[in-house]
Amino acid sequence: MAAGVQVSPLTVAGPAAVAAAGLAVGYGARTIWSGATFSVPAGAFAAVLGPNGAGKSTLLRLLLGLQQPAAGGLEVLGRRPRRGSPLIGYVPQGVTFDAEFSIRGADFVGLGLDGHRWGMPLPGWTRADRGEAIAAAIEAVGAQAYAGRPMGQLSGGEQQRLLLAQALVGRPRILLLDEPLSNLDVRNQAAIVGLIGEVARVGGLTVVMVAHDVNPLLPLLDLVVYVARGRVAAGAPGEIITSESLSRIYSAPVEVIRDRRGRVFVVGLDEEVAHPHAG
Amino acid sequence: MPVELSVLLKIADTTPPLSWNPLDDLAAMLQYEFMVHAFQAGTVVAVVAGVIGYFVVVRGTSFAAHALSHIGFAGATGAVAIGLSPVVGLLVFTVGSGAAIGALGSRIRGRDVTIGIVLAWTLGLGVLFISLYTGYATEAYALLFGEILGISDRDVQFVVVAAVPTLLALAALYRPLLFSSVDENLAAARGVPVTALSIAFMVVLALAVTEAVQVVGVLLIFALIVTPAATAVRLTQRPAAAIAAAAGLALLFTWAGLAIAFYSPHPVSFFITSLAFGTYLAVRLAGLARRYVRTSRSSWRKLTSPRMPSAPSSGSS
Repeated sequence: MAAGVQVSPLTVAGPAAVAAAGLAVGYGARTIWSGATFSVPAGAFAAVLGPNGAGKSTLLRLLLGLQQPAAGGLEVLGRRPRRGSPLIGYVPQGVTFDAEFSIRGADFVGLGLDGHRWGMPLPGWTRADRGEAIAAAIEAVGAQAYAGRPMGQLSGGEQQRLLLAQALVGRPRILLLDEPLSNLDVRNQAAIVGLIGEVARVGGLTVVMVAHDVNPLLPLLDLVVYVARGRVAAGAPGEIITSESLSRIYSAPVEVIRDRRGRVFVVGLDEEVAHPHAG
Repeated sequence: MPVELSVLLKIADTTPPLSWNPLDDLAAMLQYEFMVHAFQAGTVVAVVAGVIGYFVVVRGTSFAAHALSHIGFAGATGAVAIGLSPVVGLLVFTVGSGAAIGALGSRIRGRDVTIGIVLAWTLGLGVLFISLYTGYATEAYALLFGEILGISDRDVQFVVVAAVPTLLALAALYRPLLFSSVDENLAAARGVPVTALSIAFMVVLALAVTEAVQVVGVLLIFALIVTPAATAVRLTQRPAAAIAAAAGLALLFTWAGLAIAFYSPHPVSFFITSLAFGTYLAVRLAGLARRYVRTSRSSWRKLTSPRMPSAPSSGSS
């Protein structure tokens, strides 16, 4: 069991949206990580950080019910994770639309609403407010100007906004985002982070976001879930992302460096876990 | 099959001259039973091929569709070699291999080499079966390039009977098929059974391929399944409209191909594939021209506007 899994008193105020106790996951005989005990309070903004291949996306797969824990307990909104839950909006990692992909943005957002249902979206067969729900999601992410264009012809930032609209359209309680910033330039990263913070605040959503770099998220962050070296540690960012705390949790010399602009660099868990992509 | 040769000779001998009155010409064509059958089967096959073609294009499984038809060739020739109808062999082989390819699911990406190796081997198998039958080279020719003018009453019935479940299945699978074509993880997270869906789609595709082989043959299957749909998605981005356009284009190519072939000594398949290719080419060139006009216009605007516009709201990655 990892040490230092206490969550700061500030963030445990509300009921937990996600609660893990002694959670472990693996493929076959191989354990990826174990001993994860943490909770994400409802309405909190949590970042899942750690080196590549540490099992960050696997945590999201557990929350989505796409994979079963090897040990321990996990609850999402007070229940065991269930595949296809309408209470979860999901943006997978690295979704790319090649230039030939001809489905329009608005139709793509519609798939987020009822793409899992059988049959065709014929008038009368779908919910009456389908059009309004799609329009509202598109408006929430500010994509009205290009929602009528094919996904394949949009820029990375525009695609990411529509992916987010797709996750929001079913009015979920939790947003699970897997590296939504990875293909974006710095300006778009800031815009998407601001947007996620805004829709989460307005809708009272809990956000669990896998990120490669913590820096763009620092203004919004309530909770950090750190996944590295087979262990998971969680807590307030100021408590977890320090040299002492990470060194103690991982029994290794880990150094956290802060520069003059307040950016954070973690050195020692892999070559350089969190690094800004540009200045 | 000797039927087709005799049919072709018959056309050359007795075809009435082209009157340039479409109704008279149509009436002249439909006096021949083989033309009636060709139009009946061609119509049904074109609609099915166009509709499923949209999903093939959107899901990026056109190579798998191509492979299914080639694998079906071995089945068809094998069935003939043991005295069965080629349709039986086509059906068994395409459905079997379709289910296997479908089970690969999203892992199918990057499997082009594997699929190519299997399809090359099955073509070789087909050649062996033909030689075992020591019979008609025309049988193989018909399977490879289609024999729509030699279609019998029973073939037409088969095509119609097979078309109904194909179209019904596609209507039922419509939304999850589109959804999982975007991203299988996303669809799976929303509760779509992506692997079962992938298998179901490939089995339906196998049915459609079995039908289309009757018309255009194994080698030309792309012309009816992929080309009309690839053209349609460049004309409209709405899925329902693109499906209708794909079916309409496939229908147009088939009808026009049949009509032209009736008044010419050349094979139907040539005209269907050429019409499909020509239309695709024209649509792509028109798209390029439109983009060229748009960019030159906007660069002209930039040159003439007093100031460069400031940065747009969201840029590219």
